[in-house]
Amino acid sequence: MKPILEIEHVSKRFRLQHQGVAYLSLRDRITNLFKSSDVMEDFWAVNDISFQVQPGESIGIIGRNGAGKSTLLKILSRITPPTSGRIVSRGRIASLLEVGTGFHQELNGRENIYMNGSILGMKKAEIDKHFDEIVDFSGTENFLDTPLKHYSSGMQLRLAFAVAAHLEPEILIIDEVLAVGDAEFQRKCLKKMEDVSKGGRTILFVSHNLVAVGNLCTRGVLLKSGRVMAEGDVKDVIRAYQMDFEMNQNTVWQRTTATRAPLWFESIKIQLNGDQPAMTLTIDLALRSEKKHNKGFLAFDIINSLGVTVMQAIPRIDPFIEYQSGLQNLEIGIDLPPLVPDTYSLTLWLGAHNNETFDMVSNAVMFEINETPTKGRTFPHTYDHGSIVPPSSVLKYTK
Amino acid sequence: MQAQQKENIISSDRSVILNLSELWSYRELFYFFTWREVKVKYKQTALGVIWVVLQPLIMVTIFSFFFGNALKNDNFLGLPYPVFVFSGLLLWNFFSSSVNSAGNSMLTNAPIIKKIYFPRIIIPVSALLVSGVDFIVAFVAFVATLIYYQVHVDLLALIIFWPLAMVFLLLGTLGISCGLAALNVKYRDFRYIIPFGLQIALFVSPVIYPASNISTPWVGYVLALNPMYAAINFFRVPLTGMSEMNFALMMISSVSAILFLVLGIYYFKKTEAFFADIA
Repeated sequence: MKPILEIEHVSKRFRLQHQGVAYLSLRDRITNLFKSSDVMEDFWAVNDISFQVQPGESIGIIGRNGAGKSTLLKILSRITPPTSGRIVSRGRIASLLEVGTGFHQELNGRENIYMNGSILGMKKAEIDKHFDEIVDFSGTENFLDTPLKHYSSGMQLRLAFAVAAHLEPEILIIDEVLAVGDAEFQRKCLKKMEDVSKGGRTILFVSHNLVAVGNLCTRGVLLKSGRVMAEGDVKDVIRAYQMDFEMNQNTVWQRTTATRAPLWFESIKIQLNGDQPAMTLTIDLALRSEKKHNKGFLAFDIINSLGVTVMQAIPRIDPFIEYQSGLQNLEIGIDLPPLVPDTYSLTLWLGAHNNETFDMVSNAVMFEINETPTKGRTFPHTYDHGSIVPPSSVLKYTK
Repeated sequence: MQAQQKENIISSDRSVILNLSELWSYRELFYFFTWREVKVKYKQTALGVIWVVLQPLIMVTIFSFFFGNALKNDNFLGLPYPVFVFSGLLLWNFFSSSVNSAGNSMLTNAPIIKKIYFPRIIIPVSALLVSGVDFIVAFVAFVATLIYYQVHVDLLALIIFWPLAMVFLLLGTLGISCGLAALNVKYRDFRYIIPFGLQIALFVSPVIYPASNISTPWVGYVLALNPMYAAINFFRVPLTGMSEMNFALMMISSVSAILFLVLGIYYFKKTEAFFADIA
């Protein structure tokens, strides 16, 4: 049987301009006529990637941020062209890089189902056929004639996923759409995707959530810096990812690329103090600003080696970081709960408001916990049953 | 599971030719994009679709009041001024609202472009179709005006020249819309240039005054580069006869409409692959 998807030496180059402008204005074009062109730097987001996918397979694509996963998916979905190489597909591809593409707040639920389905590549007849199932899956039957703007965000998400779940392509490409939504809904989605892959369809799934990848996929591809680093049985690939993760621990991060944020992280340094089960994480931050901005505040996510966010820390809930031209320093302390031995990474967020993000650095720095939080326990403690081991006691025991 | 599927190849080669069979397979998406915009356009407005008729009628009234009186001694090709100006505005409004919405369409739809593939040209073409719906409603109002003023219409000329006018209107509008939509992705300056350019273009098109008023020949040639020149003049032939038509200028304008179409679509196709990277 011929592979359903053949990816042959695919590469994608981005040209980085050193002033960090995302788009050109005519003025730039005109002024550039008179001076030597900007220094351009080539950046290969995807570099000579080849692999094949057999019909009915489900493949998990994993890798750290910036490894090229999203770019590869965008090439496969034909959103952006490769710079070189080619992809041969023998089936209809549908890609879900986002749920609810094309949703319009002014349209009602029924209208949005048709709009979204049509953008995802469904024919009107197909949507008609599945309409009742979609409504049923989303649980929004009472709101079909209500404009979307009156839906809660959870309802919008359920409606969006319900449409996507009824796509029937031969090849389904899914980005981390499951990273949103409540746990119950995520389970429902994973279940639906399992049904899809058991139904003989081919799935390409990109996620940070190694648990989901491990459950859903049979084969894995590990990307690193735009190249394929490992390929094969999903368990081996996940193991390779975790080893790579552990070997490349960094406790210091320094900004190397330009940013247009009003206030940004310039450097990050972390240190782990104390002993289990009462350890503290100290974070030294240098922030820089060059133009006036609203007061900001910070939030942190702590992520385990499976890519699951196990906790969050918000040192102050009010915006307190004032504008100051140049550098300012902060020292943050987080009292860690008892954690199982693992490698954890930190995502840092800086903004003025939930809807106003200044800067965010994902998986920038890492720390490793070797000791078990349960003293005296000899059996190895792993993340299989969760990462946090809260203090517990036997309150009553009657014989 | 299925018979040997047709192979699709994704590579770096791109064609600047429109893939019509692919567009045909996406015909439902044209419909849904247009339908969405039409639905959304007049939501939460008290008068709703009445605005479609009201807009041109108000403009005709205002123009008749100011220009009709000021240019009283001019010859409006033998037409009552409201009929003359409405015949121009009808086509002009289609052009102007298409260019305006299509010009910004790639940016307003950037979130979709970055997340899913479909032939990008569907977006500006749908903007044209949305304006087309308004055009049809306004057209009914125009026919009513013709009846009200009891304008003599040459039916034989109508069968030939109205379709011809529509063809050049569509060619010119489509070309300019697609070209500007693509340029706007790369150079955001066009967001400001488009409304400004449209205001100027209204005054250099034969909408509020007849083209025959221009006495300096070279100015006439320059103004005829405007594709709307041919469309509007063709449209007026059944009402006015052909006596005042300048065939050289009509040729220039017709060729210009075709050139705009070819250039606009060529530039759009040439740059569309990178819209998702820079939008």
